[in-house]
Amino acid sequence: MLNSMLEFVPRIPIAEGTEWVTEWLKEKFSVLFDPIKEHLGNFMEFMSEDVLMLIPPIIFIIAVALIAFFISGKKLGLAAFSIVGLWLIYNQGYWDHLMNTVTLVIIASLLSVIIGVPFGILMAKSKIAEAIITPILDFMQTMPAFVYLIPAVAFFGIGMVPGVFASLIFATPPTVRFTNLGIRQVSKELVEASDAFGSTGAQKLFKVQLPMAKATIMAGINQTVMLSLSMVVIASMIGAPGLGREVLSSLQRSNVGTGFVAGVGIVILAIIIDRFTQNMNKKKA
Amino acid sequence: MPVIEAKNLSKVFGKNPKHALKLLDKGLSKEAILKEAGNTVGVNRASFSVEAGEIFVIMGLSGSGKSTLVRLINRLIEPTEGSILIDGEDLARMDKKSLRRVRREKMSMVFQKFALFPLRTILENAEFGLEVQNAPKEERRKKAEKALEMVGLAGYIHQKPGQLSGGMQQRVGLARALANDPEVLLMDEAFSALDPLIRKEMQDELIDLQSSMRKTIIFITHDLDEALRLGDRIALMKDGSIVQIGTPEEILVNPANDYVERFVEDVDRSKVLTAQHIMKRPETVNIEKHGPRVALERMREEGLSSMYVVDSKRNLKGYITADDASAARKNEIGNLEEILKNDIPRVDKETSMHEIFNIIHDSPIPVAVIEDGKLLGIIVRGSVIAALAGDAEVNIENA
Ligand SMILES: Nc1ncnc2c1ncn2[C@@H]1O[C@H](COP(=O)(O)OP(=O)(O)O)[C@@H](O)[C@H]1O
Ligand SMILES: [Mg+2]
Repeated sequence: MLNSMLEFVPRIPIAEGTEWVTEWLKEKFSVLFDPIKEHLGNFMEFMSEDVLMLIPPIIFIIAVALIAFFISGKKLGLAAFSIVGLWLIYNQGYWDHLMNTVTLVIIASLLSVIIGVPFGILMAKSKIAEAIITPILDFMQTMPAFVYLIPAVAFFGIGMVPGVFASLIFATPPTVRFTNLGIRQVSKELVEASDAFGSTGAQKLFKVQLPMAKATIMAGINQTVMLSLSMVVIASMIGAPGLGREVLSSLQRSNVGTGFVAGVGIVILAIIIDRFTQNMNKKKA
Repeated sequence: MPVIEAKNLSKVFGKNPKHALKLLDKGLSKEAILKEAGNTVGVNRASFSVEAGEIFVIMGLSGSGKSTLVRLINRLIEPTEGSILIDGEDLARMDKKSLRRVRREKMSMVFQKFALFPLRTILENAEFGLEVQNAPKEERRKKAEKALEMVGLAGYIHQKPGQLSGGMQQRVGLARALANDPEVLLMDEAFSALDPLIRKEMQDELIDLQSSMRKTIIFITHDLDEALRLGDRIALMKDGSIVQIGTPEEILVNPANDYVERFVEDVDRSKVLTAQHIMKRPETVNIEKHGPRVALERMREEGLSSMYVVDSKRNLKGYITADDASAARKNEIGNLEEILKNDIPRVDKETSMHEIFNIIHDSPIPVAVIEDGKLLGIIVRGSVIAALAGDAEVNIENA
């Protein structure tokens, strides 16, 4: 009796609807998706195989170590860690995988920032935009990460580009949120001061709000980069190359040893990336 | 023509402010409107005009609407009703572009908590107003440096605001406001965040600067001392309304209502200051030696319209006026006895400021300070006001 009340409405076809929408998008926007897939794919391949992999590893390691030394305020810790860590990855024969992962992370987080900061600014400037975007961000972040792999494959097939796409959805929210937060945190008096002297909206943004919000925005970008890395690893499931793929194939073959080594490689990369973005923040704040 | 004229300027915060204005029309109080409609009345029908070169002080207790009013003047807050004329143009009805032009060229603001840009150097802070006008780099630097020099900060231009003391930070705030050479300066409790000594120093400096630059200044304060020291005219605010506008003297002498009176009592330093602290050495004539001719000559020398008359032992005999002395000279009257007047306002050394104040505002001539019948000194109206305004320290050595 009570159960029949629950069954009063037949199952709502949400899954079918989603599928239908995805199909529809794929069809209608293939003019958009296909060139993105092609050009971005080519560019990323070029970047990893024809640029990063051609740099002799020793030069790459020294360059990273030098940058580490300077951005950490001429301390040796991070530089030493970078040398040892990167050398270990090289030593284990994962250098090319590392370069693929680095390419994915750089492109994915760059795009996240390019898209995320303007949305953050929009949210800060308009209450309506904030009210609309906030729940969308919540939704984007609470979905399990690999769910995004499905539309990514639908739109872009397999390879690096769908990996970047999935990472965009998953990793952009912190940049948007922190940009919004950073701008809203700028003291009311400073905003008044800039208005009182006759600033235009753009002058206020670039001369006062963004400089003041920079530290907060950088904290958001740091999170975005870390999320990108985690997503890029997951994206190996849809054929994105890199360290993640090694973990995945070890998993499929129950190969604990290589899985562990590839995992350590990811951790090393994560630590280096995290410290780099954090230090850039500190230096400028 | 006044530089700034506010007409019926009102601001009501909250939803449906026009409705709240109607309730104001019906005579409801600020409190009642908050209860009934949920609106806060920030400013209620403020009308005043400020002349060129004037320091116009707006004074009131915290929450009386001063900050709101000053922000209505440059439209950092949108008025609910009324107009603000600057050089005859109505700011309240201007489009954004014209509003920016007015803000860039005609008025600058100095903030209570300085509101300096912490990431910019002192020089870059002072340049800000010119920078948003896209002035050429050279020019903007020159003008900013000049403004910083005016406020005595020439040596600090490459430091960041955080490295300076509060007083110095507010000098930067002032320089930033002066750099684009505005007609009008809006100063919202500009010195309230400073400690008393620095505060006084800044007041003096503003007076100094003003004597050479002759800006039109609207100065907000909650402090009567400050208002009296700085203001050419003072407007008193209560619950969003302006309750009285007048010169410092008018405000002190004729407080418009209890509220103003209470304010004035606040400044009454009767407990510490008495007649002896503010009296001056009197100019007198000696009844035993001098006649109308000498008296007249002395009055002319000193620029006085009346003078006290004493004998050789400084016993007070009365006073004479210049008019009487001149008539006496014409009629060839040789001594002062005949024109001597006796309706002298008298106090003794220990008389309190409050009493002196009551006596002096009815009196056309200075108050005489008497001890054992001898004239010790005189008190003029100006020194009472100055003392009330907190300038008395300078004269305490006189006692
Ligand atoms: N943005 C605002 N929203 C609502 N009420 C405000 C706002 N700003 C000021 N008020 C109210 O308006 C009144 C006047 O405030 P204000 O102008 O800051 O007074 P003052 O500067 O004299 O201390 C106060 O009751 C205050 O609470
Ligand atoms: Mg205030």
